[in-house]
Amino acid sequence: MNTRAPVLESAGSAKAPVLQVENLRVEFPTRRGTLVAVDDISFRIDPGEVLGVVGESGAGKSLTGAAIIGLLEPPGRIAGGRILFAGERIDTLGRQEMRRLRGRHIAMIFQDPLTSLNPLYTIAHQLIETIRTHLDMSERAARKHAIELLFEVGIPDAGKRVDEYPHQFSGGMRQRVVIALALAAHPRLIIADEPTTALDVSIQAQIITLLKRLCVEHGTSVMLITHDMGVIAETADRVAVMYAGRIAEIGAVQQVILGAMHPYTHGLMGSIPMIDRDMDHLVQIDGAMPRLTEIPPGCAFSPRCKEAMPTCFSERPDLARVGDAKVACWLFEGDEKTGRRSEEANAAGKGSDPDAARLEAEANSDIADRAKERASAGASDIDRKTDEIEGRTATMADGTDDILVQVSDLARDFDISPPLLNRIFEGGKRSVVQAVDRVDFSIRSGRTFSLVGESGCGKSTVARLIVGLYTPSGGRIEFEGRDLARIDGRGEIEGIRKRMQMIFQDPYASLNPRWRVEDIIAEPIRAGNLLQGRKAIDARIAELLVQVGLSPLDGRKFPHEFSGGQRQRISIARALASRPEFLICDEPTSALDVSVQAQILNLMKSLQKELGLTCLFISHDLAVVRHISDEVGVMYLGRLVEWSDAATIFDAPMHPYTRMLRDAIPDLKMTGQDRIPVAGEVPSPLNPPSGCHFHPRCPHVEERCRREIPQSTRRDGRLVACHAFEEGRLPPSKSSIPDDSIRNPE
Amino acid sequence: MPFTDDHERRQPGTTDLAAAAESGGTLARARDRLHRFVDSDVFYSFRKSPITVAAFAVTLLCFVCAFGAPWIAPHDTNDVATLDLMNAELPPVWLEGGDWRYILGTDDQGRDVLSAIMFGMQVSLIVGFASVIFAMVLGVGLGLISGYVGGRLDHFIMRVADVQLSFPSVLVALLLFGFAKTVLPRGMQDDVAILVLIFAIGLSSWVQFARTVRGSTMVEKNKEYVQAARVIGRRPLPIMLQHILPNVMGPVLVIATINLALAIITEATLSFLGVGVPPTQPSLGTLIRFGNNFLFSGQWWMTIFPGTALVALALAVNLLGDWLRDALNPKLR
Ligand SMILES: Nc1ncnc2c1ncn2[C@@H]1O[C@H](COP(=O)(O)OP(=O)(O)OP(=O)(O)O)[C@@H](O)[C@H]1O
Ligand code: SF4
Ligand code: SF4
Ligand SMILES: [Mg+2]
Repeated sequence: MNTRAPVLESAGSAKAPVLQVENLRVEFPTRRGTLVAVDDISFRIDPGEVLGVVGESGAGKSLTGAAIIGLLEPPGRIAGGRILFAGERIDTLGRQEMRRLRGRHIAMIFQDPLTSLNPLYTIAHQLIETIRTHLDMSERAARKHAIELLFEVGIPDAGKRVDEYPHQFSGGMRQRVVIALALAAHPRLIIADEPTTALDVSIQAQIITLLKRLCVEHGTSVMLITHDMGVIAETADRVAVMYAGRIAEIGAVQQVILGAMHPYTHGLMGSIPMIDRDMDHLVQIDGAMPRLTEIPPGCAFSPRCKEAMPTCFSERPDLARVGDAKVACWLFEGDEKTGRRSEEANAAGKGSDPDAARLEAEANSDIADRAKERASAGASDIDRKTDEIEGRTATMADGTDDILVQVSDLARDFDISPPLLNRIFEGGKRSVVQAVDRVDFSIRSGRTFSLVGESGCGKSTVARLIVGLYTPSGGRIEFEGRDLARIDGRGEIEGIRKRMQMIFQDPYASLNPRWRVEDIIAEPIRAGNLLQGRKAIDARIAELLVQVGLSPLDGRKFPHEFSGGQRQRISIARALASRPEFLICDEPTSALDVSVQAQILNLMKSLQKELGLTCLFISHDLAVVRHISDEVGVMYLGRLVEWSDAATIFDAPMHPYTRMLRDAIPDLKMTGQDRIPVAGEVPSPLNPPSGCHFHPRCPHVEERCRREIPQSTRRDGRLVACHAFEEGRLPPSKSSIPDDSIRNPE
Repeated sequence: MPFTDDHERRQPGTTDLAAAAESGGTLARARDRLHRFVDSDVFYSFRKSPITVAAFAVTLLCFVCAFGAPWIAPHDTNDVATLDLMNAELPPVWLEGGDWRYILGTDDQGRDVLSAIMFGMQVSLIVGFASVIFAMVLGVGLGLISGYVGGRLDHFIMRVADVQLSFPSVLVALLLFGFAKTVLPRGMQDDVAILVLIFAIGLSSWVQFARTVRGSTMVEKNKEYVQAARVIGRRPLPIMLQHILPNVMGPVLVIATINLALAIITEATLSFLGVGVPPTQPSLGTLIRFGNNFLFSGQWWMTIFPGTALVALALAVNLLGDWLRDALNPKLR
């Protein structure tokens, strides 16, 4: 690999920051007054440094990036402060000059690679155009440079593929092309706004690695905007945590992630479910980030802060230096700082903080017997493990006593061929997607079974098949041992359907915007005639609202008056209204911010315990799955490849795909442990590889894998569909990060 | 209450409103709703556009004149007994020979033109509204079914719509009238003429409703709230009516408004051609037709005034429709 020397304009600038933002303020004049979206923020980025900017949606991250690069959408405007690039002011530049700067010295990478590439031109055309706009190069030299760039960002066969169009590239490959485009003129700063958010975990891991490597090689600085702490932990040198348009904390990434000081950062870290952490309860920050119109005076975090003091509500804390970091919090003014800081660092170092928080939560719980039950159940980790092994054998054994839902040989095809006439006249072919391909699993009463996998692997289709939104094209779905397809009476099947309910992914689309919340929640009750009389129904609605943590008064409002998290609570209340036994949750938290996700996960967990629900939980986020489930099934291109209990599948994954997924998760503990690099991308489901679908990406592939579909083999309490597993030639799973300290604080 | 500790804090403003609404009962709730409307973006865009406000004023005036005609019109033009040929063909007041009792003059039978316009507008509006409502019910219904059920039924309905579109509305109306004439006995023709008119105009404009609703329905039916209703076990008909319909009504209202103007003009055209409303219930179009005979003999007021009223009404309603379309379209805001 040819390593290019860092392209720096002048040798002397090595020390001076590339970018300096001083007291930046971005405003939106509206007819209801001026909204301050970015409020007095200052930071700098040094040469070759990756600054992560992290925060929940609406924190002002993207606006900060847009303000720097001069792409604020009107009526948004910079209302104060200065932006210096290589020592020169750029916030005052005219449009023309700004355009010259963009792309040449500052480049931008957006979330959606599709919008950054013009679908009408070839990759070569777009790259060459960018190169020649900014660098003085002949067509031929520019083309050569373009191919080099593509090669550098890891596009195989770059010489040939350069003449293809964007739609011929997969999502991950397109993002690579966008990175190549950003690098084309050797910029000194790249602003990357959520560059991996639209991608699957395995591709995200690859893009992160790529970005990091290129920055080191080129000496480019990066401002990496993301909502994902994991991405920050993997890439950034320093990180700024934004909250409600202000910087709450900024410092070296190790310091901020492992020893968060600001109560918001601290809470945020605790609310992230982690793959190698067993917790009953996530640390939870109540409430949600205020809207721009409702930012309280004083500290913006004060309404949610557990440590707020009187000053916090009236006076605004400034960023103040604490050790190596800067924190905007009154806790760190004056003499309190040393005490809190060391305590914090200590706690984070041991990693026992979440457990402490859990104990605290338990102590606070007003249902004494639940606390007791939990205390005895989780008294020691060893107990828990044996428990699980027993549970596992019971599941995998053929005892059908308490199996609530059994899915066997389930299949569903989608015919996505063009209409008949087009096929005849345009010679289109019939094409069928096997969205679900002979999937088997069972869920026992009172347990949570999770399905994980990357986008398009068929998880949602399974959920929809079970709940009756799709009809299977093969196989059986049994509820309490009765085949759903064979129940004839309409009343009877409706009776069963009433006992299963579903929670959807998008809190904004899953509630009818024209209905009042009380009518939304009452719909299952009214439709099923479950309760008679207005009084009884109203009482039930109030009860449900309280159960999901809302107030009975909320029933009179409309969905748009609620935040995403609150809407998801309404969805849950609706699902619970008919007192179902079986709840299907399709990515219920993936549209939510982490701190809100923690609230919803905690709520779901306690509801499940309280009501004895059986759950099918669907997610692409392994850490969330680990947190919520008893058993896990991993899907790849329509097939179930591994099925085991949650702890086993993540601590010692067996199937090569599970292992790859496991290793693709960003390491929030920042252990720097070596991991198997993730290879390849999910192939098109229209034309899946023969034999084992995973074979093109598998490190253990052999001839047989290409020919034969592997059947599930049961061993050691798990089911794995892999030839290597069956033949016993898989190397033992590398045990996950050795963190006994975390599971056994004592 | 085990989980109250973890619920998100509500914003103080909204809680107060809700609490107030709860305690104050219906009146406060109505006030709250009025307040919300006055504060809404739609109302704001209305206030900000003088043309829209003017259009609204004109429309309102037309409505008041039309439906208040029995009380506020200077003369009852439907009562033949009050007509006096002595007053025939009087010009408007500001001309030589004008009479203050007949501000806009009279026609050849001594009918007050202003009163005739008011009553005629009433007929025009009734025919316009009725035909739009007919078109809307038919179009929205077929569009909902077509979009929700899909498949062959959808294909069939949409092909029928294509065929319908290839007939101009005037032609459809003429055909229908010819049909009605041959089928119905002579005595009934006048009674059903208005119904046939409404039917003919409505039939020519349902396609637009159906196409729009079908499109929105296909979008809405894939949204999760509709799937949630299916999981709850609701049947297709309640889902279409209670869930999808309220969410596709925005564009329907816009089309309805613009179609109202169109329907009024179509009615006038048909009446002008003599196939519209019976002469015993003259509409604006009828007045224009009658007046037209006198245009060249110098009595221009018999046709110009009804014509102006028609243009003003149609233009105002159309402008309101345009504004509604922009106001309901978030992309243009
Ligand atoms: N109604 C449909 N018509 C045609 N193809 C479909 C349909 N629904 C799903 N598919 C295809 O079936 C496959 C599986 O889809 P599914 O939605 O179950 O995936 P998923 O695992 O839930 O993915 P994601 O994580 O993106 O939600 C995909 O390739 C998808 O394109
Ligand atoms: S300033 Fe006060 S309210 Fe804000 S984070 Fe610090 S302690 Fe909490
Ligand atoms: S069957 Fe073969 S290709 Fe598939 S996962 Fe196992 S070893 Fe890899
Ligand atoms: Mg899905």
